[in-house]
Amino acid sequence: MSKLNGNGRDVNKIVNAAVTEYHSKPEELIPILLKVNQELGFIPAEALELISERIHIPESRVYSVASFYRMLSTKPTGRHVIKFCESAPCHVAGGREVWNALLKELMIQPGETSPDGKWTLKTTSCLGVCAVGPVMMVDDDIYGNLTPGQIPDILEKYE
Amino acid sequence: MKIKRSMVLVSSDPHSLDKGAEAVYQRFSEELKAFDLSDEISLSKISDMERSDVAPFVIVYPEATVYGPVTPDDVHFLVEEHLFKGRIATRLQAPTKELTGKIAWLSARSGTLPAEQRIVLERAGVIDPDSIEDYIVHDGYQALGKVLTGMSPTDVIELLKQSGLKGRGGAGFPTGSKWQFVAGTKSEKKYVICNADESEPGTFKDRLILEGDPHSIIEAMTIAAYAVGADEGYLYIRGEYALAQARLLKAILQAKQMGFLGENIFNSGFNFELHVHGGAGAYVCGEETALIESIEGKRGEPRPRPPYPTTNGLWDKPTLVNNVETLANVPPIIRNGAAWFKSFGTPTSPGTKVYTIMGNVNLTGLIEVPMGITLREVITIYARGMKDGKQLKLAQTGGSSGSIIPARLQDTPMDYDSYAKAGVSMGSGALLICNEDTCVVDLAKVLLNFFRFESCGKCNPCRIGNQRAFQILTNISEGLGSMNDIDALQDISKWLFEMSNCGLGQTAGSPIKDILNHFREEVEAHIQQKECPAGVCAMSGKSTQTV
Repeated sequence: MSKLNGNGRDVNKIVNAAVTEYHSKPEELIPILLKVNQELGFIPAEALELISERIHIPESRVYSVASFYRMLSTKPTGRHVIKFCESAPCHVAGGREVWNALLKELMIQPGETSPDGKWTLKTTSCLGVCAVGPVMMVDDDIYGNLTPGQIPDILEKYE
Repeated sequence: MKIKRSMVLVSSDPHSLDKGAEAVYQRFSEELKAFDLSDEISLSKISDMERSDVAPFVIVYPEATVYGPVTPDDVHFLVEEHLFKGRIATRLQAPTKELTGKIAWLSARSGTLPAEQRIVLERAGVIDPDSIEDYIVHDGYQALGKVLTGMSPTDVIELLKQSGLKGRGGAGFPTGSKWQFVAGTKSEKKYVICNADESEPGTFKDRLILEGDPHSIIEAMTIAAYAVGADEGYLYIRGEYALAQARLLKAILQAKQMGFLGENIFNSGFNFELHVHGGAGAYVCGEETALIESIEGKRGEPRPRPPYPTTNGLWDKPTLVNNVETLANVPPIIRNGAAWFKSFGTPTSPGTKVYTIMGNVNLTGLIEVPMGITLREVITIYARGMKDGKQLKLAQTGGSSGSIIPARLQDTPMDYDSYAKAGVSMGSGALLICNEDTCVVDLAKVLLNFFRFESCGKCNPCRIGNQRAFQILTNISEGLGSMNDIDALQDISKWLFEMSNCGLGQTAGSPIKDILNHFREEVEAHIQQKECPAGVCAMSGKSTQTV
């Protein structure tokens, strides 16, 4: 029987599709996890269990990998994920002020999801677009040359 | 300070002075006034250009035109022609000299862009990266053809060794020697890996190469595989570089269709299969053994070394791991020869380097210039000076794992040897330029926060040391530090360097070491006077502290 997660998505089906795409190979664990994470927004416990069964590696190892990489999440995230660059180039270019504006606007701390489930705020290391720092990503959109005043307008774009 | 549109440099070395350089300088000053150009054009003296053959000489930027020898009587004509009318006064131009790594001898690029020397970025932005035909028209796959039809693997490695190419990922290890180690290890199966996990903060050079010229990396990896005896390769591209991944996947398909990848390439009997492997977000995976673990589907935790990947790498087989920029140098070296490559840069660090310029300057971005130019040249010429006329305080080179370089070292040539002699590191080529408003405690705190966050946690010195150092720096920045903290920071920095398992931990202590070496008074001011001289740190604990 297939299990459903909070979003009503069929975890079993998604895991099967990901595992099949990568030919059930244990060395393809990371691409498989990325795929599941992309589909579900995070990797629920039942997905870890299913992957472990399907590619024949211990669940502990699946979990150890899923919890290691920044782009994988074992906890549910909000509808939109904000990744704010906290590396030195963005910091020197005025990142601190933008960060404070972001905290004020969202009223959550890094690593948290807002009570309405809309936002998850994460800090990230360099995103590789340092010439236009300070930089943040909202889902797949990159925003550069940020100023504190732009934050409310940017956040407003997301439903 | 107003932004100047041009810059005139008059030589003032003893030899030039002997030949009347001072009078030339004086005359420039008068003529610029006479033409009412003093506001737009800066005039200064230089003394380290090694061109006694044309002394006294004058260099005009941004075109980087060199005139010499120049007499006081030539000055009126020069100012009128070049600076007033904007025409190069060819009659007075100095004969060109073999390149020494100084940008002044490079040919100007189009428009008003300062001269660069593009080797690895030659095609980026010029060709359509999605078109293999474009690549081929621009000398693409010529080097591979040359290698597979007329060179033995030993020839290739020998050529690379002669060229003096050093790894551009940060460590500067001679590339030819690395290839020879892998070639010299006997094994049925070997791998070639391109390290495109570019995550060093402030570094985005590899992204430009991957996105702008994907085939150059495929060509270079195929040559590398042939030279070391590998038949399979991985391009490990960081997860955040989705466009680069897509471009490379497409380029690989095109190369396969054209017969530059796959079976029996160029009818030589040589086979090479290439995969793209995306990262999933972990700075430590830029460390080659962590990267290998990640390709094997595990946590990116570095392996103890030795054994090195050259003998025991991916799936325990001999593996060559090279950075993107290093590989991008290979096809041009094969096409043009070692002597050509050595004509750029300095004798011990030949070739070019891609720098990413960020921070408190007028123009940020990316340049490719010969090894051996100075930080001052980068800031004045390429970055168009410091923003808002503020003073340079320090430059942070090479991302988090590089060095904090005080302003007084800005005339040190940027090449592996000169930087090593000055006790600093060039790293990946990131140049974060910081003005007087930067607080070194705050900067070190940000850098240590990065290492604390990115440490894989496998070895104790790194996992605990970075956490502890970050806490101490945070205390100091809040006005809660004590002088014992300085000793503690020094110890942690030393332990990180000596006891960490991999390069991440080994370099994590450098920001601490650097700020204590170069800016000790500023750190002490935070502790003793409870003041942040730059006015950055909140010093919020000051009032609550009981002495």
